[in-house]
Amino acid sequence: MTTLVALLTDPLAYGFMQRGLAAALIVGVVCAVIGVFVVLKGLAFIGDAVSHAAFPGLVVAYLLSAPLYIGGAVAAVATALLIGFVSRRGRLRFDTSVGVLFAGTFAFGVLLFSTIRNYVTDLLGYLLGNVLGISVADLVQVAVLGAIVLVIVLVLRKELLFATFDPLGAAASGLPVAALEYLLLALLGVTIVVSIQAVGIIMVVAMLVTPAATAQLLVVRFGRMIAVSIGIAAISAVIGLYVSFYLNLASGASIVLIETALFGAALSLGPKTGLFSRPALARRAAT
Amino acid sequence: MTHERTDFIAGMEPSAPDAPVRVDAMSEAPSAVRDVTPLGRPSVELQSVSAAYGQRLALDDVSLAVRPGSLLAVIGPNGAGKSTLLKLVAGLIKPVSGRISVLGDRPLGHAHEVAYLPQAEAVDWDFPVTVSEVVTMGRYGRLGLGRQPGPGDREIAARALATVGMADAEGVQIGALSGGQRRRVFLARALAAEPLIYLLDEPVTGVDARTQEDLMDVLEAEARAGKTVIASTHDLICAAQRFHEAAFLNRRLVAHGPANLVLDRQLLADTYGGHVLVLPDDGGRLILDDAHHHDDAPRGERHYHDDRR
Repeated sequence: MTTLVALLTDPLAYGFMQRGLAAALIVGVVCAVIGVFVVLKGLAFIGDAVSHAAFPGLVVAYLLSAPLYIGGAVAAVATALLIGFVSRRGRLRFDTSVGVLFAGTFAFGVLLFSTIRNYVTDLLGYLLGNVLGISVADLVQVAVLGAIVLVIVLVLRKELLFATFDPLGAAASGLPVAALEYLLLALLGVTIVVSIQAVGIIMVVAMLVTPAATAQLLVVRFGRMIAVSIGIAAISAVIGLYVSFYLNLASGASIVLIETALFGAALSLGPKTGLFSRPALARRAAT
Repeated sequence: MTHERTDFIAGMEPSAPDAPVRVDAMSEAPSAVRDVTPLGRPSVELQSVSAAYGQRLALDDVSLAVRPGSLLAVIGPNGAGKSTLLKLVAGLIKPVSGRISVLGDRPLGHAHEVAYLPQAEAVDWDFPVTVSEVVTMGRYGRLGLGRQPGPGDREIAARALATVGMADAEGVQIGALSGGQRRRVFLARALAAEPLIYLLDEPVTGVDARTQEDLMDVLEAEARAGKTVIASTHDLICAAQRFHEAAFLNRRLVAHGPANLVLDRQLLADTYGGHVLVLPDDGGRLILDDAHHHDDAPRGERHYHDDRR
């Protein structure tokens, strides 16, 4: 027993592990909340696009010796809003427009990156993420930005729910549906930038989609979907980080793989899709 | 049973009259109308309204006035602009020309006095919301940004749910309901908004006869209370029997008058082209809007909306 407790407490003697755990939990929770909207609105591809679009922002900030976060945030939010604009006005199929933007912005980032002569671990870290390498200053930024995102979602949860579920009905009742959509995309952009240092550009989309998708397999209420999504993300962050510590594996990938494993479990055992599920039970409800 | 298709018009150029037939005297005026707009002015009015999606004209020069207490069926073939008309009044799309007035203001000017019911296909039924959550959404427009529904709102939502006979289903996820139950719940959401104007896109499409009767009873009561009810429908029998007025739409307004005009063959021919089936029946004729007709059209038949593309 004492060995088990020691297994859990020993790593926390290290400052980097304390900071890493805090960052992983914050990032997991914020992604889990925004992820519910991403899953319900079908924005997964947009999330992927926005995270890749953050890369040129990071490189430009590095070249200008500006704070990397700011560069990433500007690029991510601008891309998210641009995608929203294109989806409302564009003539092309939406996923086509996103695909063009996505590849183009990332290529621009790689191009800029290739002009940097000396080896920069900082920037490479952003591609794959390293939550254990987070500094105190970065952790504070993550916490503040994450809190802002969560408070906005909390205050506008009923509007975001209505506009996500039935945009036409919501707009007709006077809710500013277009503004809410842009707001959601901006929040998505901020969330992605906050998450990039923890899990990296390439795996951010998993943090957004996987816990929420798992929750959707388990519950039928909006509020509970958010709660379950948060729970799954938090558990995955903790387990993933300890696994990473003891087995000396990449932290972001460990967290994402724990989330993926939980999704697999929910898919194969859950009440809606699982091997032992009886979806017919739900149908007997009302008359 | 033999059925006689109104093919006699199928070979003819279906001629939409330049000026819509207008029959102002209503066959049965609803009694005890509580007039909510000043001096019996129309609650919804369109003046020469045209609307388009890109290059395609969806509505062409439509003028229509609807008064409080009206129970108006909007009928016409697929692509006639029924949904477009409702969306214009709801303020969801803008006309390319013409004026629309809702409660004496622009569309969305009094948004919380308007309840819009989208077509069933427009809703994601896998969405994780329960029946009571959906109905409570009807209150959101009145609540304002950032304010959460209180006990009063929940009470109104519960009452609306009881009115449509779905009180037992509160905690059920909407996707677990039947098609008829889903329409009942969405009508409850509209009721919970306590609007002056109902804009309903096919509220009784694909529901069983019992549900249709129940929903029409509810709408009739709302109209009698002075609310304006405008609903698109493919069900011509329902339009003739349960609505007070009908607007015949085929991009242009063909006619607007008492609902029993739906039994007028010539108007139907003008509105639908070859898309109406008339079935001789014991008591009278049975008329069906043949909504899926053009999917498997016999050779040589004309398609009214094809001609205009």
